[in-house]
Amino acid sequence: MNAPLLELAHIGKQFGGLNALSEVSLHIKRGEIYGLIGPNGAGKTTLFNVITGLYRADAGEFRFAGLRYHHPQPHRLAQAGIARTFQNIRLFANLTALENVMIGRHIRTRSGVFGALLRDAATRAEERACAERARELLRYVGITRPAQTLAKHLSYGEQRRLEIARALATEPLLLALDEPAAGMNATETESLKMLLQDIRATGITVLLIEHDVKLIMGLCDRVAVLDYGRKIAEGVPDEVRGDPAVIAAYLGNDDE
Amino acid sequence: METFLQQIINGLVQGSVYALVALGYTMVYGILGLINFAHGEVVMVGAMLVISSLTAMLSWGVPLLLALPISVVLAMAGCMALGYSIERIAYRPLRHAPRLAPLITAIGVSILLQNLAMMIWGREYHAFPQLIVSQPHHIGGAIINDIQIIIIIMALAIMAGLMLLVHRTRLGRAMRAVAENQHAAQLMGVDVNRVISVTFMLGSALAAIAGLMVSANYGLAHYYMGFLLGLKAFTAAVLGGIGNLRGAMLGGLLLGLIESLGAGYIGDLTGGFMGSQYQDVFAFFVLIAVLVFRPSGLLGEQLAERA
Repeated sequence: MNAPLLELAHIGKQFGGLNALSEVSLHIKRGEIYGLIGPNGAGKTTLFNVITGLYRADAGEFRFAGLRYHHPQPHRLAQAGIARTFQNIRLFANLTALENVMIGRHIRTRSGVFGALLRDAATRAEERACAERARELLRYVGITRPAQTLAKHLSYGEQRRLEIARALATEPLLLALDEPAAGMNATETESLKMLLQDIRATGITVLLIEHDVKLIMGLCDRVAVLDYGRKIAEGVPDEVRGDPAVIAAYLGNDDE
Repeated sequence: METFLQQIINGLVQGSVYALVALGYTMVYGILGLINFAHGEVVMVGAMLVISSLTAMLSWGVPLLLALPISVVLAMAGCMALGYSIERIAYRPLRHAPRLAPLITAIGVSILLQNLAMMIWGREYHAFPQLIVSQPHHIGGAIINDIQIIIIIMALAIMAGLMLLVHRTRLGRAMRAVAENQHAAQLMGVDVNRVISVTFMLGSALAAIAGLMVSANYGLAHYYMGFLLGLKAFTAAVLGGIGNLRGAMLGGLLLGLIESLGAGYIGDLTGGFMGSQYQDVFAFFVLIAVLVFRPSGLLGEQLAERA
């Protein structure tokens, strides 16, 4: 399988007169950890929202797992295998940790209104299996608190991990993480790095937006750099680090 | 003492109906932040459907034990279709409009339904067919009849069922997730439109049953009956804390009790100056008091987060 998992061609997105994204093309290969960096306001989160269907791109082509999508609905992309976490944590605060993960199983389970009303054997079995898998995922990301703890009562680091568990529960092909290390201390970042390597080892492709350059450089196979809504560089971390355009974007350009 | 017990019984019966209707308001509000003012009219349509279909079937000689369940199922199905259509036609196009637009639309839908009902069923009162000879039972000097007992038990069973549905099932989990954060739920693969449709249909099914209860209890239905009932159930939902299911149940029962105790004693308290015709005043007095002193309602703490 050498075809890329995600392929973006000439993606453009405008807000009023502002070009948030223009002519962004990139492809992410199966099984890699792909990093997206850039100064604040460079369009990273906008691109993320396009990839997960929250925003409609104004221009360009979007292919995922061999299929072409035109204005995809977020839940369709989730079904197709894209899962994400948010820069500012968006858990279901008043649901338990377990329930948050079980929501992630929503698309991989089937029972509907009638199952809910009848509570037949198949529905109950599905519900049990779903809860069991959710517990495994909680352990996997390292949440040791009781599964019935409300999400809002978890610590900050645990909430970040819970978001990852919830995203994993959708059985994604692509896991997209928006600044997962934001607000973490060095130890937490290190264990996050190990978790992400673990996840990649299971065959899941990872897309990462991150400010922590050390984490990006130590973790990613390839990196793209955005500035003012354009991709200004792409390549393995060492190449990108030495790229003059990247240095200019981060440190400012004398010509301006 | 007899008056007290009697008013408690009346209050519980009336409160059960309020609670079922209030659940419809609160479920929709919890998920969309929208007050569905047309909900009272769905109750009215439910009552009308039960009466029409039951009367027709009985006149064709269908045995009662067959006719009643069929007409109840028919009314529930009709109301669910109505609830679905209201959301699909009137509210969904306005999902991202400013809040005032869907609110005004809700009032418009309510007036539309009233007038449609008036055209279909006319301006006259419709009598609920005499089904069973409802035996009065005497408890400590107060009277409760079979229909009232059935209403209270049915309402409690339905509310328990709804709590199980919302807290123990995949569908209920999806509803709670959408209520908390639509975007995040969508990104987890939850089809938000479907959950919203199902919520409207569930609320409408409860409304149909409430319509059956009211019309069976009073023996009457009228195209305008949904208006006041809807406003009171809305009051009950606000009293309990709108958006909160337990609150709607508590608010419904409490409002029923406040109303009937108030009506039972206002004559004595004002020396006969005001009589039980002032019953309706209590509901709206409660509404104003709650809005002034505890806008989030008795059990509502989540309101602040939503707004």
